[in-house]
Order: sequence, then structure tokens, then C-alpha cells
Amino acid sequence: MTALSPKLIATHQLTEAEYNKIVHILGREPSYTELGIFSVMWSEHCSYKSSRLHLKKLPTRGPYVVQGPGENAGVVDIGAGYVAAFKIESHNHPSFIEPFQGAATGVGGILRDIFTMGARPIAVMDALRFGPLEDTVNSARNRRILEGVVSGIAHYGNCFGVPTVGGECVFEACYDGNPLVNVFALGVAKRNEIFYAKAAGVGNPVVYVGAKTGRDGIHGASMASAEFTEESKQKRPNVQVGDPFLEKLLLEACLEAMQTGAIVGIQDMGAAGLTCSTCEMGSRGGTGIEIELDRVPQRETGMTAYEIMLSESQERMLLVAEKGREEEVFRVFRKWGLDAVTVGQVTDDGLLRVRHHGEIVAEIPNQPLADSAPLYDRPHSQPLRTAPMQAPAVSSRNLTRDLETLLASGDICSKRWIWQQYDYQVRTNTLAGPAAADAAILRIKENGAALAMTLDGNARYCFLAPRDATKLIVAECCRNLAVVGAEPIGATNNLNFGNPERPEIMAQLVESIEGMAEACRFFDVPITGGNVSLYNETLGEGIWPTPVVGVVGLLQTETPLGLHFRHAGRSVMLVGGVGDCDIVRFGGTQYAKAVLHDLWGLPPALDLDYEKRVQTAVREMVHAGLAESAHDLSDGGLAVALAECSFGRQSVGAEIDLSSGLSPELLLFHEGPSRVLISTAEPERVEPIAARHGVEALRIGVTSEGRIAVRNRGAELIDASVEGLRKIFEGALENKLRV
Amino acid sequence: MKFGVVVFPGSNCDHDAWYAVRENLGEEAEFIWHDSRRLGAVDAVILPGGFAYGDYLRCGAIAKFSPVMEAVKRFAADGGLVLGICNGFQILVEAGLLPGALVRNAGLKFVCREVLLRTETAESPFTGAAAAGQVLRIPVAHGEGCYVADERTLDELEAEGRVVFRYIDNPNGSVRDIAGVLNAARNVIGMMPHPERASDPLMGSTDGLLIFRSMVSALAHA
Repeated sequence: MTALSPKLIATHQLTEAEYNKIVHILGREPSYTELGIFSVMWSEHCSYKSSRLHLKKLPTRGPYVVQGPGENAGVVDIGAGYVAAFKIESHNHPSFIEPFQGAATGVGGILRDIFTMGARPIAVMDALRFGPLEDTVNSARNRRILEGVVSGIAHYGNCFGVPTVGGECVFEACYDGNPLVNVFALGVAKRNEIFYAKAAGVGNPVVYVGAKTGRDGIHGASMASAEFTEESKQKRPNVQVGDPFLEKLLLEACLEAMQTGAIVGIQDMGAAGLTCSTCEMGSRGGTGIEIELDRVPQRETGMTAYEIMLSESQERMLLVAEKGREEEVFRVFRKWGLDAVTVGQVTDDGLLRVRHHGEIVAEIPNQPLADSAPLYDRPHSQPLRTAPMQAPAVSSRNLTRDLETLLASGDICSKRWIWQQYDYQVRTNTLAGPAAADAAILRIKENGAALAMTLDGNARYCFLAPRDATKLIVAECCRNLAVVGAEPIGATNNLNFGNPERPEIMAQLVESIEGMAEACRFFDVPITGGNVSLYNETLGEGIWPTPVVGVVGLLQTETPLGLHFRHAGRSVMLVGGVGDCDIVRFGGTQYAKAVLHDLWGLPPALDLDYEKRVQTAVREMVHAGLAESAHDLSDGGLAVALAECSFGRQSVGAEIDLSSGLSPELLLFHEGPSRVLISTAEPERVEPIAARHGVEALRIGVTSEGRIAVRNRGAELIDASVEGLRKIFEGALENKLRV
Repeated sequence: MKFGVVVFPGSNCDHDAWYAVRENLGEEAEFIWHDSRRLGAVDAVILPGGFAYGDYLRCGAIAKFSPVMEAVKRFAADGGLVLGICNGFQILVEAGLLPGALVRNAGLKFVCREVLLRTETAESPFTGAAAAGQVLRIPVAHGEGCYVADERTLDELEAEGRVVFRYIDNPNGSVRDIAGVLNAARNVIGMMPHPERASDPLMGSTDGLLIFRSMVSALAHA
């Protein structure tokens, strides 16, 4: 065996200490194949070695949780014998290198995570981050990345037959060389038919199903664990190519094969492919796995053991069948025209043993390989923050013009150009799709319930104060659910950060996780799984800390409550009140960004207790049928929320009269939380509910035909036609892309 | 009344059609697997939306060779009612059961949204329950739904009243705003919009039910 040079070890992104640990585990030097196997399993992407210590701080248990972190997806109980399996995962690095396939395979990967649990995927949402589309050096590239990512998601999801029902899309310069593509998926299964990724039963056959293995995606997991350099643009072959039709076949075949009762355990081959699925299933089952690579269906000739073990070819699954009942499983896969081959068996020695051309090319104990990756308590200092605390002078010349600027800004403008490319209705469960309500709502035909789901992140806030900002994110997700009348039952998170080896970046991660833990505990939403994406840096420039949270809630199946005003002459009420804000806490707002092109100070202040009471009160108002529309105040504050409420089919606007001591800019555009705008025919029945929960519910005006007018203490602040504003709001994204 | 819903491996609106027929329409429905050479005892056939065999080639180009399509052709030749929705329309066109072709949307992008359709004729087993000129609100979701045909065919379709639906707000560039057409015998229809997605009050529109109801009443009076 040729000795492994320090250079070779370094190119596998293993430190000397990590290498020594490998030698210790094996009791000898690893072979080249073994080195490759360790390098992917111990990559940041697969092992969470920098984040795991801190992830333990998150609450993971709750009355609804059936399966917490550690499996392919988290599982929550949704009643009447059914569960929902859901998770979010990033595909950031591949989407920069090859936007279309990078995003497409991101969707494919998370869908497999869901159906490998025995759940049929019924919804997808995406959190996307790109560099600005406006005139900068990189805008042409940013547009190309956006268009590629969106069509990649559309291509995969639409063909597979899962509706893409919601998400968010934000533009910041920090994503110029490092876009983020976080994909959330949710599926439904019977509670007693959940499948786990465990290899059990010595002698049981290990079966490979799905696409043939090629040389694509080798070292994808390690690539996702390093910063981007000029060199990584050469890594295009590391990105996999997706085949959504094959995935659809795999879905149907797997769900049907599971019904035979002959499947013991199953895991998809995602990051680190065959390596990860074998050793993790063995480790979870406390067993060994022996595989013969010559039996693995291969798309190319002359593949080495190293390449076969590390390939990330898409649309593949590994399963353990009951010995003697393989044929029942094979029959199903034949029906769907898929390869299914026995490639090995479960053993009792706890080893991952890999044979190729009659020789043993790797022999590694499963448990330490899968679970004993080094755990780092990386030093963390003060979170990186380069924005000033002091505010500039803020004085608007024309508030209506400011509102127009905000409605045309990338973060706030209508994303219809994006979501209209997604089939958001397939499976006929979508009660509220993109931009219809504050959360996406799907009915569950199987058990008569409905699920609401939402994704949120705000890197601007996080850059200013990661701990408080992450609490705000969790609060906003829960508020989005309350607004549609749903009770949050579980959450998933995607932590997108820069290089954790820099203490000031690590500090962002730690504070964000701690803030998330506190808020999730407070709102009783356990995190049931998620994903960490570190090293989001290009040429030394890191992204702003971008934790994305997805929360799932339960509600009744009924015509959903939308965000748009529906009738003129209704009372407009601001539940939670006008809120308070000072100029320091105005620095992270969309107003500061889009109108002033500035960033300073702190994110809005959050009173968790008040927030919870507002949510409870609003949920009660919705359940009582008092609200005709409901929309929470977030990006762009009160003025933007009012405009958004007016963009319904009937163009119902509102006449608003306020009485506040806040400056007009703050009053209209501050982003303080705990506020929900509702329209109602029965304000006198809304008020007692608010009072009972100790929250304000101000009658601030009346809905009216076609205009939005806002006055404060008699002074006119805004006066605009709904159609004029709508044109700006709906045309902005296309205008930016048409350049 | 029993509807047969054909299932190609890449169909993904098969269950939606099945559900609409059973739960919203209240009739029987069963699935027909793509490699089956017989349809069984069904009164009408639905070719649902989706991506029959992946459609990496022209949409429906492979599906037309599938065993089940032989049976569908015989069924149609015998006067049976065949409803092709979206991918089902593409397959019917490829299979030569309907004239014209469906090409890439004018906007070159997949488009999913609600459209307004004008019912151009009530003289068909698929629109008998509607009034001529009635406007229906039904969603579309497709990347290749731009209907094209040569001028002579188009004139003929119009002269014979075989343009069933026209878009009021054309989402894909279809010539003469055509959203759905009939065969000469008027027992086969292809349409890009999805009536099964507009069959449940919870989904925001029940205009699609009109089409299924028309079929039921046509069969009852046959």
C-alpha cells in the first residue's frame, strides 16, 4: 500500500489530529479508499463537528414530537393516526457553481429524506438568498443564479409532483458570491408505518435501488464544507445532476415496497452517498454491513472503490430487506422499472466492510466512523459586526414615495415571477399557496386536519445582534401561524454561517443558536431536525449570519383566512398596538436598507411575553370568525403591510387615522414585532378578546375602495391609489430581471 | 358511473382526478396502469396531468406508444368519452386523437395560475351542463401548453365548433387563445387547464365540476 502523504491528507480536509484519530480507530494507516470515506463522514457537512456542541442546547422534545433530530427527518403527530415528517436542508455551494442542477438536486435530496421515512411529500418551501439584482458589478451573475435556481426548483418539484407552496427570497450584497438555497419539505405518513434508517437482523440482505452510480458529485460533502476560492469554480463536476422522473419512480416504488412489510430499514443516498448510508444504518442498528462494490449498478466503466463509495449520484436508496423476502421487494421495483440489487448483507461485527474485485478495500468500525467525528468547541468571541450603533439623521421628503420605493425593493416586491413557475397546487391540498396568507396552508386528506407552515430569516437583524434577531425570527414564524389560526407544533432550522474557525463568526453561530433555543422553549416549538451550512465564504468574504427557521402548525380544515382586505367599510384594527421604536432600533429595517441604503443600530425590541399574548389573542379572533383578513407587520412595517393587504382581487384599500407621538418615518415603517393587522365587521367583539389577553387592539381606520390614505393627528402622511402601488409591487422583480 | 384514470409512471395529477371524481363528483373511479392493454369496465377515461415518462423528449411522445394508449384509441373509436388534462392533452395530440400540437409556453417558463376560460360551445358531452359563453375559473400549470396548428386546421376547428374553451387571459401564447379542443366525433377532449383542481369549494373554485357533471349527464342520456 502506498503511504498517504501529508499533502493528500490535507487535500481531504483532514487535520493532523483528525488523521491520528483515524489511525487510532483503525489501529493502522487507512487505505486511500478509507481516507476518502473518513474525509466525507467527518466533513463539517456530515458530522456537524463545529456546531454539534451548541445544537444540543435546542429543545427537541414536545407533546407532538414522534422523532427528533438524528433521523432523516423530524416527525410530529398530526392526529388520527397520522404524522408529518419534515426538514429543511441547504444546497448553497452547488447552487453557486451550477444554479439549475444545484437547486434541483437540493429539492431531490430533501424529498428523499422525507419519503425514506415512509412519508409521501406533500409540500415544499424555499428560503433563497441572492446578491442584489440592481446595477452592481455582479448583477448579471446574480440574475443568472436566481433564474437558474428558480427554474431548477421548478423543474424538479413540478415533475416530481410536489407543490412548492411558499418561501422567501432576499437580496443582500453578502450573498453575491455565495447564494443560499434552503429547501424545506414535508410529508405525511401513518404513525405506525414510519420507517427508520437502521440496519438490523444479521444476515439480512442490503439492497441498492434506483439510479446507477456515476462519477458525479464525488466529494460534494467536502466541497460544501470549505470556503469558495477561485479554484472551486473548477469543481463543477462535483455538482450532481438530477432526474426528477426517476425520483418520482423511486418514491412510488419505495412507498409500495414498504407496504410489503419486507423492508427492515431504509436510507437515501445523499451527501457522501453509499458511504454515509451504509455506515449510518449500521451505526444506528449497532450492526456491521458488508458490501460488494462489483454488484453496485454503475453508469461508467473503470470506477474505483474510492469513486463508488464517494459518488453522490442522485436518486439512489439503500435498504435492508428481510432475508428470504427480497423477491417481494424486487417485484415492486421491477414494476416501476428500477434497478434493485442485493449488494451485501448485515453482519454482527459492527464493521463496514467493502469489497471490490475480490479484495477488501475498506474495513472500518461503523459506530466511530458515523458518530465519533471530532467534536470541536471552537473558540468564540464577540460576534462580527461592522455596522455603527449611532443612527444618521432620518427625515423623509415624501413618505408616499418612500412607500413606493419599498414596494419596488427586491426583498418586499411581489415574488410572483418566482412562484408562478412552481406548481403550487398539484395534489389538490393547497388551501393557501404563495402570497395568499401569512403561512402556507395544506389540507391533509388522510385525516381531515390541515397544516400551516412558514419559513423566515432575517440576516440584516442577525448581523446587528444574532441572539435577539434569532428570537425575532422564531417569534415571526409563530406569529405567521397564529395569524392563520394555527397552533405551532414543531420546527426545523437551517443555520447558514461563515467560517466557524473564525471566533467572531463562531460567536454569531453560538449566539444565534442560544437565541433560537430560548425562543423555541418559550413558544413550545421543539426543533425536530435541520441542517447546518458553514464556510459560506467566498474569497474571504463571509455571508451575514443567516439562520432560517421553518415552523409547522396544526389547524382546522376550512376556507383559509387570507391576508387581503375583502370588503370596503370594515374596521381596520391593529392588534398589538402601534408599538414602540427608537431610531437605534430602526437601523435594521427595510426602510433603512431600501430608502436610506444604510445599516446601523439594533434589531427591533421583542417582548416575548407580550408577543405570545398577541398571538394567542389573534388566534382566538380568527377561530371566532371575527377577522375577514389578517396580516402580521414585518418587513416595511405598518405602511407596507397596509399596501400588501390591499393587493387582493378587489383592490380594497383603507383610510387610516393614527394618533401617535412617533416620527412619521418610524410610525409608518418601523418593524417592531407583536403586531397584526386585521379587518373585521365586528370590532366590538374583537376588543374584549384583546383586553382579556392584555394586548392593545386599536381601531385605526376603515377599509375603502381603491385608495390607501394614512393620517397621523390630522397630518396626511400617505395618499396613493391601490392600483398605482400594485403596479409597482407586482412589476418590480420582472423589471429588475429584464435589464 | 365509473371513470377510469390512466396512471403513467410519471403521472402526478392521477390521484387528484380520482379524488375529484369520487369525493367532489360522487361517482366511482379506478386507476388503470399504463402497461395494461385493457381499460376494464369504465364509462369514461381520464388521461391526467403529470410527466408521463419523464417527458425529457417531447411531452407525450413516448406515452403514445404505451400499451394503454392502444386501448384508449379503441375506446375512443367506439365513441367512449376521453378527457385529457394537461399532460393528457399533450398525449392525445401526440397520439393523433386530437389535431395540433402543444409547444413551449410563449414566456418560456412554467406557469401555474388561475385563468378565466370562455366556454365556446355547450354542444359537447364535456360542456353540456354549461351555457355557451359561460366563463369558468380554472387553474393551469404547465411549461408546454401553447397550442398551435396550421391555419386550415384552426379554421376547420372553429367552423365545426370544436374549440371548446378559449383563454380570456392567455397564459401561454396559444394561437387564437385556444385552451381546449374536441375531436371530430366530439367524444374526445383535450384541455390544458385542470378541472380537477377546481372541483372542491376549499380550493377556491368549483367551476371544473361542470365538466365532470356534463360527462355524467351525457353518459346517463347516451
